[in-house]
Amino acid sequence: MNEMLSIKNLRAGIEGKEIIKGFNLEVKAGEVHAIMGPNGSGKSTLSNVLAGREDYIVSGGEVSFNGKNLLDMSPEVRAREGLFLAFQYPIEIPGVSNINFLKTAINEIRAYKGIGPMEAKDFLKLIKEKQALVELQGSLAGRSVNEGFSGGEKKRNEIFQMAVLEPTLAILDETDSGLDIDALRIVANGVNKLRSADRSFIVITHYQRLLDYIVPDFVHVLYDGVIVKSGTKELALELEEKGYDWIKKEVVEA
Amino acid sequence: MITAEKISSTEKLVSDFEAVKKMLPGNSFVQNIRQKAIEKFAELGIPTRKNEEYKYSNVQKLFQENFSQSAIDNSQFSIDKYLIPNLDAHFVVLVNGFFSEELSSLKNLDTTVVISSMQKAFEQHPELVEKHFSTCADINSDAFIALNTAYAADGVFINVPDNAAVEKPIHIINLVIAKESTLFFPRNLFVIGKNAQVQLLETFETHDLPVKAIATSVTEIAIDENAKVQYYRLQNDCENGQQINTVSASQQKNSHFDTNTVTLSGGWVRNNLNIALNGENCEAHLNGLFITSDTQHVDNHTLVDHRKPHCESNQTYKGILDGKSTGIFNGKIFVQRDAQKTNAYQSSKNILLSDDATINAKPQLEIYADDVKCSHGSSTGKIDEDALFYLRARGLGIESARKLLLYAFVNDVMQTIRINTLREYLETLIHKKLGE
Repeated sequence: MNEMLSIKNLRAGIEGKEIIKGFNLEVKAGEVHAIMGPNGSGKSTLSNVLAGREDYIVSGGEVSFNGKNLLDMSPEVRAREGLFLAFQYPIEIPGVSNINFLKTAINEIRAYKGIGPMEAKDFLKLIKEKQALVELQGSLAGRSVNEGFSGGEKKRNEIFQMAVLEPTLAILDETDSGLDIDALRIVANGVNKLRSADRSFIVITHYQRLLDYIVPDFVHVLYDGVIVKSGTKELALELEEKGYDWIKKEVVEA
Repeated sequence: MITAEKISSTEKLVSDFEAVKKMLPGNSFVQNIRQKAIEKFAELGIPTRKNEEYKYSNVQKLFQENFSQSAIDNSQFSIDKYLIPNLDAHFVVLVNGFFSEELSSLKNLDTTVVISSMQKAFEQHPELVEKHFSTCADINSDAFIALNTAYAADGVFINVPDNAAVEKPIHIINLVIAKESTLFFPRNLFVIGKNAQVQLLETFETHDLPVKAIATSVTEIAIDENAKVQYYRLQNDCENGQQINTVSASQQKNSHFDTNTVTLSGGWVRNNLNIALNGENCEAHLNGLFITSDTQHVDNHTLVDHRKPHCESNQTYKGILDGKSTGIFNGKIFVQRDAQKTNAYQSSKNILLSDDATINAKPQLEIYADDVKCSHGSSTGKIDEDALFYLRARGLGIESARKLLLYAFVNDVMQTIRINTLREYLETLIHKKLGE
């Protein structure tokens, strides 16, 4: 299997403060990697850096995505190359309808790939099909992006967008935060239906709970900007049981 | 082209009036008003920046140029490019404020409805003119109202009689044709009867003006009981097109007045919009949108005067300013002692796209009644970087993401435009302007 994402010795931070301090990760096509870690370990910085947020500065290392240098790409080019970030805090955009926005996004991604705009009826069919996937009501899709959505609706809308845009690599940034158990199940079901041999996921979470529903192939523990422990799904259970202090202690002792 | 001698200073404008007044239309009643108006103008003079109302708009500088007052012979040319695509409307063409019979098209107009030149109206409808001329726009309140009232030579007169509904919108096309700097004084009077309904649209889209021009215009709109009037304006002249215009509407009870002022270009624009709510249960909706660039100057002054109980006024103005452009929103709301149960709302929101663009937003509420609901809000900011990143992270290029956000910002004002073909036309103009 080919490497889809390869992160080597990545260093990055914001406002002059280094937060990611030599991070390494290899993700192959079809794999699901969970990244867990206590607050302040660098989880959000990692997702923002990978999505190309400009206020984060990369000070060292390499990231290659499907063989191309990801760090050279603008946020939109990353998206067009197949990267998707499900935001921890989805932005409300009054006046921009979900549908219009997605149509523009799809057509710009298609234009990048040299394909003409999608036919209106094909687009509507796609929207209907993907709405059903995340049990999103039709009325929400027609409304302004995230405006007045509940926390759960916002997260479902992220997964809905992911389903429509069909990325090759999706990063879920604490998608479980603020979700009740029913919303969590719906979101996780949506993600599971999108799992495939050529699509990979990085699931960033604080809690093990989400991983009961989205079962990862690998679990990594991020602490102080580096991965301090990697394993399989059992590692998540061990973390849940022993807490992050166990990891912190191990790091200090080592 | 008839060209009078150079005019521009207060003294010159006052002394020149003596020479031209005999040529101006109107009976002795009107001539009397003109005389009072020029005296008032002599007293007020062209405002300096010490005048609070003109603090941010330097009209003195505007009048430093030597202007001629000119009329136009109706030379043959096509007005096709000034029509709005797919808009089925009656249309009236004003060239330098003069009504052009040849260029206008008023086919199939209901015979009871009058659309004519002001010159004709002064002769043919003296009773309506005497009843309404210079009643909505007060010569004592502003130097330019006084100046226009004195000099007004022509413009559009519309009378929609009681119980009539004009089926198609009436589109007034304002053109400027000049070879030397020109100052002119369009004067419009719209008299809308009881239970009458009409949609009015004015466009200013002169793109090929080689010299500076100032239109100092006054439009009076008398809206009788239970009438419904929509009045839209699109200001999209080239940078030589400058205007100081006043729209003064007077509403009688149960009437509705919706107005929308969209300014996309024009070098220097001052809009005075005055609405007097003279009867109970009136509704007035004032919306505005300006998108400026380069060194454009757009100043919107609104005044809503609540004089009677149970009326509602609602205003939303939005501005997007780029380059070194300046914008002003000054919104005054008076609620008089009798105007109990008034609802008055005002909002001014602006986005600055450049560090050199300036906006001055000033809400003024003066409330003398005690049982009212009034609110105002004003905000100015930059484009939302978080929203921009969110859209880019979904694959939208930075330019289309910016456009989408800016368009969303003005969308609520656009939705108040109820002539679909006009809204569609404005959408294409706005996309073009935002894409620059």
